Amino acid sequence: MLTFTEAGFAGPALAVRGGGTFAMTETELQQADSILGQFEDQRANLIPILQDIQGKYFYLPQELLSRVARKLRVPLTDVYQVATFYRCFSLVPRGRHQVQVCLGTACHVRGAPRVLDRILTDLKLGAPGTTRDRQFTVLTVRCVGCCGLAPVVRVDDKTHPHLTQAKVRGVLNKYRLRPQVQEEVASAEETGDRDATAHVS
Amino acid sequence: MPRLMSVEELESFRAELRAARDPKRPCLTVCAGSGCTAAGAHDVLAGLRKMLEKHGLQDAIDLKSTGCHGFCERGPLMIVWPEGTFYNQVVASDASAIVASVSNGHVPVEKLLYRDPVSGKRVIHEEEVPFYARQQRVLFGNNGKIDPKDIKDYLHVGGYAALARVLSSMSPEQIVDAVTRSGLRGRGGAGFPTGVKWKVCRENPAPRYLICNGDEGDPGAFMDRSLLEGNPHSVVEGMIIGAFALGAQEAYVYVRAEYPLACEHVRAAIDQAEEYGLLGDDILGTGLKLRIHVVKGAGAFVCGEETALIASLEGRVGEPHPRPPYPAQKGLWGRPTVINNVKTWASVPVIINRGPEWYAGIGTEKSKGTMVFSLVGKINNTGLVEVPMGITLREMIYDIGGGIPGGKALKAIQIGGPSGGCIPAKLIDLPIDYERLTEAGSMMGSGGMVVMDETTCMVDIARYFMEFLEDESCGQCFPCRKGTQRMRQILARICAGNGTEDDLPLLEDLGWLMKQASLCALGQTAANPVLTTLRYFRDEYLAHIRERRCPAKVCRELIFYEIEPTLCDGCHACVHVCAGQGILGEKGQVHTIDRAKCTRCGACLEVCQPKAVRVGTGELVCQN
Repeated sequence: MLTFTEAGFAGPALAVRGGGTFAMTETELQQADSILGQFEDQRANLIPILQDIQGKYFYLPQELLSRVARKLRVPLTDVYQVATFYRCFSLVPRGRHQVQVCLGTACHVRGAPRVLDRILTDLKLGAPGTTRDRQFTVLTVRCVGCCGLAPVVRVDDKTHPHLTQAKVRGVLNKYRLRPQVQEEVASAEETGDRDATAHVS
Repeated sequence: MPRLMSVEELESFRAELRAARDPKRPCLTVCAGSGCTAAGAHDVLAGLRKMLEKHGLQDAIDLKSTGCHGFCERGPLMIVWPEGTFYNQVVASDASAIVASVSNGHVPVEKLLYRDPVSGKRVIHEEEVPFYARQQRVLFGNNGKIDPKDIKDYLHVGGYAALARVLSSMSPEQIVDAVTRSGLRGRGGAGFPTGVKWKVCRENPAPRYLICNGDEGDPGAFMDRSLLEGNPHSVVEGMIIGAFALGAQEAYVYVRAEYPLACEHVRAAIDQAEEYGLLGDDILGTGLKLRIHVVKGAGAFVCGEETALIASLEGRVGEPHPRPPYPAQKGLWGRPTVINNVKTWASVPVIINRGPEWYAGIGTEKSKGTMVFSLVGKINNTGLVEVPMGITLREMIYDIGGGIPGGKALKAIQIGGPSGGCIPAKLIDLPIDYERLTEAGSMMGSGGMVVMDETTCMVDIARYFMEFLEDESCGQCFPCRKGTQRMRQILARICAGNGTEDDLPLLEDLGWLMKQASLCALGQTAANPVLTTLRYFRDEYLAHIRERRCPAKVCRELIFYEIEPTLCDGCHACVHVCAGQGILGEKGQVHTIDRAKCTRCGACLEVCQPKAVRVGTGELVCQN
């Protein structure tokens, strides 16, 4: 769960862990206004508006939250309360690919925690979050409803069934940038990691 | 399509539909539910489509995608109509064999038929598969027959007939009375009598609202998703009947964000129903008005609680408020609101069509009708199961579920999601109904049924649920916020081998307090998994505490891996997958595990072909 400090709650621009700030350009703000324009100015539309923003930018830019608050005449604290309460919102940008590791009960008893660990090791992450190159965001979800195929991992829109630790790298490689994959092959060959080479090729 | 302006027009349209469809015309239906889709159903569909076009048969043989058939373990599934030949584990390359068999006199494709694991015989029809034979599919029966995105399919199988019937011959009071007499209880978990809820709502002044609770948050449960994906019109029809009975003009379907396909299908169903005049301003020319809105959840387990769900619909954080007042008295925007589960709404048309007496004839004295369970975990036949109330756990696990894989022993069955409890194998003859499950310390919940075998650690499961609930507690009331946190800490300590015997009564005390003092059902039932495992599996807790031993060999801090030298063939497979470079030995030589480097991830165990990797617990663990 994200906290206010990570998001730079009171700061003028959104500070992101790992460096860099994000400010929206004028065109981006105009695009965003067109999202806001589709909704009536009612409090009940707060969550659907935030969902649309999240769907477009993969996070909730701070400038837009202020605009939403003004449009709906809702205090900014209320908007932040909602944005931080629900799991599908993020106040920091997410990676290009979202890796949702299902930790539902069925996946848990069939070995999901170990698959998660393997994914984190493979992406060099200490805990679920976004990789430094912003290619992947690893999230844990509680049941995607594919319990018959447990354990499952959903990358973007595709569900990968019956995962094992040995299958993890092959699945992630499908989404890696090509040069990165080649680097992996090179380093795998150096260290004699034939398993990795096999998956990459 | 012109709007249907009266009940008679609906019936004559249905008659036309039925006349226009040749019942002998071959039709291939492929399950495209989330499970089969993940297993490759869309590739199968594409393969079949290509094959039909190749042979110029696209006008002679129909092809459609349907909702979930329930038998997810064997997906992708398909049925060839009108024979009803049932194929399982179909892949795209089977398309030519399937199309050839249909055009050559329907000789079934032998290798795609389900094989009974006991007798070894191939089975042709779905209902002959043991998984289906014991089921009574009242709500899910049409899932494998209709295309969820085509209202005509639903009309063809008798859809909206219940609506026609109530509009032409029943008063709102009669509908509420029928629902009451059917004995239908809320399928979301608590089992509150639906008729009573409706009656209370009717006694409060209009405007009234209806909500369909599709925020199926319980991990290990996916029946609401399958119903919304596979037969959304049955839910919509139930809601229209509800609107007529309760005098509501606005309704909401709240669907979990994790279920994009369900959202899409419900939206499509609502649009089509409006187009046909079954929803909107003047339903079937009777002047009845109803608008149904689809709202996507934003990812909070607590929003399955009715007052929290209402808060979420109002654009606020999902924090429950104390009841009474109940939503039926004061709900959405302070107005009387009936909020029912997906399956409850879908049961309404069935009760109207078949009669309340018929419905009340199924099940036990206090639990009527059928219940849908998702049978998952360590079980051979994973999937959705619809059975009459009162069936025993033994029938569920062994007759329908096909037993435990790998010849392992059944240990426990976790029913009712995080709020439910673990029922031990010794209670396997327990009949499943609301009262029996509550007596055993569990609850019906929304129907998740996770089977656990001897390799599942009950302390770890208790910790897992507590971690989940700590994460999902809205944090509003202290007993739940702090109670889940403290319980999780204590359980984690026990799992790590650092627990003391005083921890067990402490857990029981905390559990009792949370049950008494928490504001909503989440906190009140949060301790159930811990209390039931303590009640039935205390030995396992004590093994962790006294002997630093995890009998199921799950808790990482208490286990170690070793290689049996006589079995190791030196294939090196384990070395490639080892996360901590902890496996020593040249290729072709016997390998050994360096326990200091071993992270106990278990990857070596997964890949070892000669089964030389073994897990130990209880001794030498402290060396690491």
